[in-house]
Amino acid sequence: MATEIVVDRHPADLLLRSDRLPHIWCPGCGLGSVMSCYTDALMASGIPVERHVCVSGIGCTGRVAGYLSLDSFHTTHGRAIPYALGLKVSNPDLKVAVISGDGDLSSIGGNHLIHAARRNLDLTVICVNNFNYGMTGGQAGPTTPYGATTSTTPDGNVEQPFNLPHLVAAVGAVYVARWTSLHVRQLRDSIRTALLKPGFSFVEVLSPCPVGFGKANDLGDGIDEMRFYRRRSIVDDNANLEDVGLTMSEDEPIVLGNFVNRERTVFSPSVKKWAIEEVLNGQA
Amino acid sequence: MPTNEQRVLTGSHFMNGDTACAEGALAAGCLYFGGYPITPSTEIAERLAHRLPAVGGAYVQMEDELGSIVSVIGAAWGGVRAMTATSGPGFSLMAESIGLAAMTETPCVIVNVMRGGPSTGLPTLVAQADVMQARWGTHGDIQAIALAPASCQEMFDLTLRAFNLADRFRNPVFVLADEAIGHLTERVVIPAESEIKRVPRRAAVLTPGEPFEPFRADETTLIPPMPLPGVGFGAHITSLTHDERGYPATDAVTHDRLVRRLSDKIALFSDEITQVEAVGLDDADVAVVTYGSTARTAKRAVTLARQAGIRAGILRLISIWPFPDAEIAALSARMKSIVVAELNLGQVRLEVERVARVPVFGAHHAGGALMPPEIILESIKEAARHGDGNRSRSTPSRPLAAV
Ligand code: SF4
Repeated sequence: MATEIVVDRHPADLLLRSDRLPHIWCPGCGLGSVMSCYTDALMASGIPVERHVCVSGIGCTGRVAGYLSLDSFHTTHGRAIPYALGLKVSNPDLKVAVISGDGDLSSIGGNHLIHAARRNLDLTVICVNNFNYGMTGGQAGPTTPYGATTSTTPDGNVEQPFNLPHLVAAVGAVYVARWTSLHVRQLRDSIRTALLKPGFSFVEVLSPCPVGFGKANDLGDGIDEMRFYRRRSIVDDNANLEDVGLTMSEDEPIVLGNFVNRERTVFSPSVKKWAIEEVLNGQA
Repeated sequence: MPTNEQRVLTGSHFMNGDTACAEGALAAGCLYFGGYPITPSTEIAERLAHRLPAVGGAYVQMEDELGSIVSVIGAAWGGVRAMTATSGPGFSLMAESIGLAAMTETPCVIVNVMRGGPSTGLPTLVAQADVMQARWGTHGDIQAIALAPASCQEMFDLTLRAFNLADRFRNPVFVLADEAIGHLTERVVIPAESEIKRVPRRAAVLTPGEPFEPFRADETTLIPPMPLPGVGFGAHITSLTHDERGYPATDAVTHDRLVRRLSDKIALFSDEITQVEAVGLDDADVAVVTYGSTARTAKRAVTLARQAGIRAGILRLISIWPFPDAEIAALSARMKSIVVAELNLGQVRLEVERVARVPVFGAHHAGGALMPPEIILESIKEAARHGDGNRSRSTPSRPLAAV
């Protein structure tokens, strides 16, 4: 006889603003499981929750910051990384992560992304790549695969997309990984490693966007789009990053893994600790 | 001898305006500068790159001005006094996130050492043509606070004041300097540290067990106390329209309530911001309204006018935004006519015309050189001739070659 299991609490409740739920994401969207991997990773990291700050840009992924019961900043489009820099330099005790979308981080915010990696700013960036601008209704962006259909590439995308792990590794990131929103354990572990890694860490998460991207490319529902990514996925931590670019082809693999984990001098400018007390009592 | 570790370089100095601005920031307790080199403001960045690390602060040279202003906003939320400095093209790039600072009520200081525009314009030469950009450059309704130094001493004094206004009003504050003042070198007296007044940031207090509302404003000041990250508030700060809890809202009532409060918290207290200087107005018929470097050449024009038998004086705007409506209205009640002198084609003149009830004349040129006193003198003469007539239209601006 089946026992009814009533769950009135979620393990991540502590980290969620339950009064803001339900979220705005579409059925079949991968963002819910990415957010859950992020909160699991944060709890597993041992970082005191009150010291962790989440910064996001604008877009579907940008909304994650608002659902987390953390100090969280939902900034302007593309600007999460310099915002995080200001927080980290002025208040070095904070542990800062940016979670935002591929368009936000690599298009309008692309300059900030490469420079933060170059500096080796102590920051974790979780980049949810859904291959399009979802919030505005499915337009092409710098990660849209060659040939893919979107509302602004009705005859197929004629541009070559970014290969994000290759890009950020080339400009200096010390930790680089890629998973899909289906690889929840690997993704959680990868985000945890990234959060604990001093310097610039980057985790790309491929995530289904059935409404913005899947439909236009006949990928079916969220679950079908997920299967499309899963059956092509291979894990290769030692992959040559030049070769991990993404295509729409059934025959070409989606290479996942924890690609880079190395040491470089971490960006060091920071404000001395007693500065904040001064500002608050006018003794600055 | 003052040392590099001293935040307040008390004493009498021979200093250029940009350097004095940097020293004003340090005296104010600024500990973060995010910037990008641009003429004619670069000396501010250079000075702070040298000085900030020695006093426990941080200088970060960002990848562009989009990053500069956003890093400053982040640093302000991190809990310190923070600033950037730029000039026209960089100020244009910052317009986007100046709105973010206003929307999230972030105290910060943005110095714009104005040069000739539009576009790349005259990188090394003076103009005062970003006055309206400071007021309206970001989208949406904001209230700007802008101060206009006319000397190296004021580069120090007004930068210090800008930080205090930023914390008092929880708003971005502009120092609208111009190239002539930024690159001028003259005496600057820096007071003793004990005489430097610093307005404290009003910090939110964490009450365990009680829900915290980061945008619940104090009913008198209309300003919410500011939470610090990292201590357990769990506050959400968004650039979206938000309610008192900081949660995004999409209804007209909440939007109107928020935008109105953001405006009122400054507009209703504008008398605390307004600062003007009257010179020789007691017996005057014609007033020259001016600011920044143009206020210096206006003095010569007024001397020449008085020699020619015209009773002229100067009302110098030390703060430009919020616009000193009451002071201009009072001036208009006493003068027969008003001249507005500025290195642009009539930006502050529009504001003076809005308020004044006497004829208003413009003395303008587009920049590239200091305002010649002769242009102002000619406008004063014209204003004196028409002073008793109906409210006339402003004189068309004159090409510089005509002088
Ligand atoms: S548009 Fe795409 S990314 Fe955005 S919520 Fe919907 S499914 Fe998710």
